[in-house]
Amino acid sequence: MSQVRVLVGTRKGAFILTADGTRDQWTVNGPHFAGWEIYHVKGSPADPARLYASQSTSWFGQVVQRSDDGGRTWQPVGNTFTYDGVPGTHQWYDGTPHPWEFARVWHLEPSLTDPDTVYAGVEDAGLFRSTDGGREWRELSGLRRHDSGSSWQPGAGGMCLHTILLDPTDPARIFIAISAAGVFRSEDAGTTWQPVNRGLRSEGIPDPNAGVGHCVHRIAMHPSRPDVLFMQKHWDVMRSDDRGDSWHEVSGNLPTDFGFPIDVHAHEPETVYVVPITSDSEHFPPDGRLRVYRSRTGGNEWEGLTAGLPQKDCYVNVLRDAMAVDSLDSCGVYFGTTGGQVYASADAGDSWSPIVRDLPAVLSVEVQTLP
Amino acid sequence: MIRVVLPAHLRTLAQVSGEVQVQLQGPVTQREVLDALEARYPMLRGTIRDQVTYRRRPFVRFFACEQDLSHEGPDAPLPDAVASGAQPLLVVGAMAGG
Repeated sequence: MSQVRVLVGTRKGAFILTADGTRDQWTVNGPHFAGWEIYHVKGSPADPARLYASQSTSWFGQVVQRSDDGGRTWQPVGNTFTYDGVPGTHQWYDGTPHPWEFARVWHLEPSLTDPDTVYAGVEDAGLFRSTDGGREWRELSGLRRHDSGSSWQPGAGGMCLHTILLDPTDPARIFIAISAAGVFRSEDAGTTWQPVNRGLRSEGIPDPNAGVGHCVHRIAMHPSRPDVLFMQKHWDVMRSDDRGDSWHEVSGNLPTDFGFPIDVHAHEPETVYVVPITSDSEHFPPDGRLRVYRSRTGGNEWEGLTAGLPQKDCYVNVLRDAMAVDSLDSCGVYFGTTGGQVYASADAGDSWSPIVRDLPAVLSVEVQTLP
Repeated sequence: MIRVVLPAHLRTLAQVSGEVQVQLQGPVTQREVLDALEARYPMLRGTIRDQVTYRRRPFVRFFACEQDLSHEGPDAPLPDAVASGAQPLLVVGAMAGG
C-alpha cells in the first residue's frame, strides 16, 4: 500500500509525519535538529530517500542537512553560500543601498531527475545550485546580476528567494520568486533571467505596474501544464497562461485576496487552493475562521472549505511554504499553521483533521507519496 | 592540548559530548584554536565565525578564565591557562531571545 511522508519545518526543529495511503493513522517523528529553525525540508523526486533540510539559527548561522534514508539519519553537508564576485548592493527598507549579505536558506528544490542536484533559494535573494548532494554550492549569479538587482527591496520577512519551480517538460526552464522583487524566468538552466511580472499591480510601490518590485508570496504550477502558473501575491491571486509573460487577477469571490501559500491539486490542473488571510497588518484568518478556499475553475470562483477546521477564535497564519499536496488517487492536501497545527485532508479539501496540534510554529510543509 | 567547551547546539551538530580538545603546534590564539577546531569538526565551519570574513558571529562569545575575550583580536594570545590546558576556552551562545 502507498505511504505518505509529510516533512514539516518549524521554528524549533523538523518533524516527519507518516501514514499509509488511508491517511487515517499518523506517526510523528521528531524533533530533528531540536531548537533550530528549519525553514524547509524537501525530498528528491528522483530518489525519495534523499532529503535535504535547511537548518539555521541567529546564533550559529546556516547548516544544510542531508538524509539518504528518508529522514532516519542525517549528515551536515556544505553550508558555504558565497555570492559570486563582488555582490554589490540592493535597496534597504528605507531606500538606501545595502550590501548583499547571506542570511539563510529559505527553500531547497531538488532536481526532478538527479538526487545530487539541488537548488537553494536564499536571503539576501540569490539562487545557488549544488551538483554533489549539497557539499558544494555555486551561485547562479545571472539572477542577482540582473539589471534590476540593485533596485530590489526586502519584504517584511527579509529579501528572500522563496520559490523555485522546475519545468518538468524543459530542464532549462526555471521560475523563481523573490519578496519583494517578483517572478523571474530562466530559459537556459539559470544562466540568464528575465522578470515576468507584466499584469501585476501593487499599490504599495511607486509605480504600481512596475516590471520589478512586486511582493510575490508564492507561485505554483501543475506538472502536466507548466505554461500555467498561479500566484498568491501580497494582495491578489493571479494567473498566467503563458509562462509568466502576462498575468491576470483571479481573486474573484475570495473574502480577502491577501495570503501566503497557493497550491494545485495533483490530478486536476484547474483546481487551486489558497488560505485567505485578513491583511498585511492582521496576519490571521478573517473573522477568526480558518478556511481553505478551493477553485475548481482555475480561479475567480472559490468555495470555502471549513469541515474540520476551527471556525471561531482562530488567529493563526499559514506561511508561504506551508502547504503541499500528495499524489494519491484522492488527492491529499496538507498545511501547517503558526499555531503548530498540521491539518490534512484526504479528500481534496472537502474535510480536514489535524495530524498534530501542538508543534512549534510551522514554517514549511512538503509531502512525499511513496510506493 | 587546548580544551574547548562548545554550546549544546554545536555539540549536537559535531556529535560530541563534553569538552573537545585540539592540538596546536604554534601560538595559541582564537584564530589558531578555531582553525584547528574546524579542521577536526568541519560541520562547525560557519557556525562560530563567518566563513568568508572570519568575523565572530554576533551572538557567539568567547570566555576563559572568567574573562570575556570576545573582543580580543583573533591573533591575540589566549591566556596562559588556556594555552596550558588548565582552563578551557568557552564558546558561548549569547543569552538572547526567549
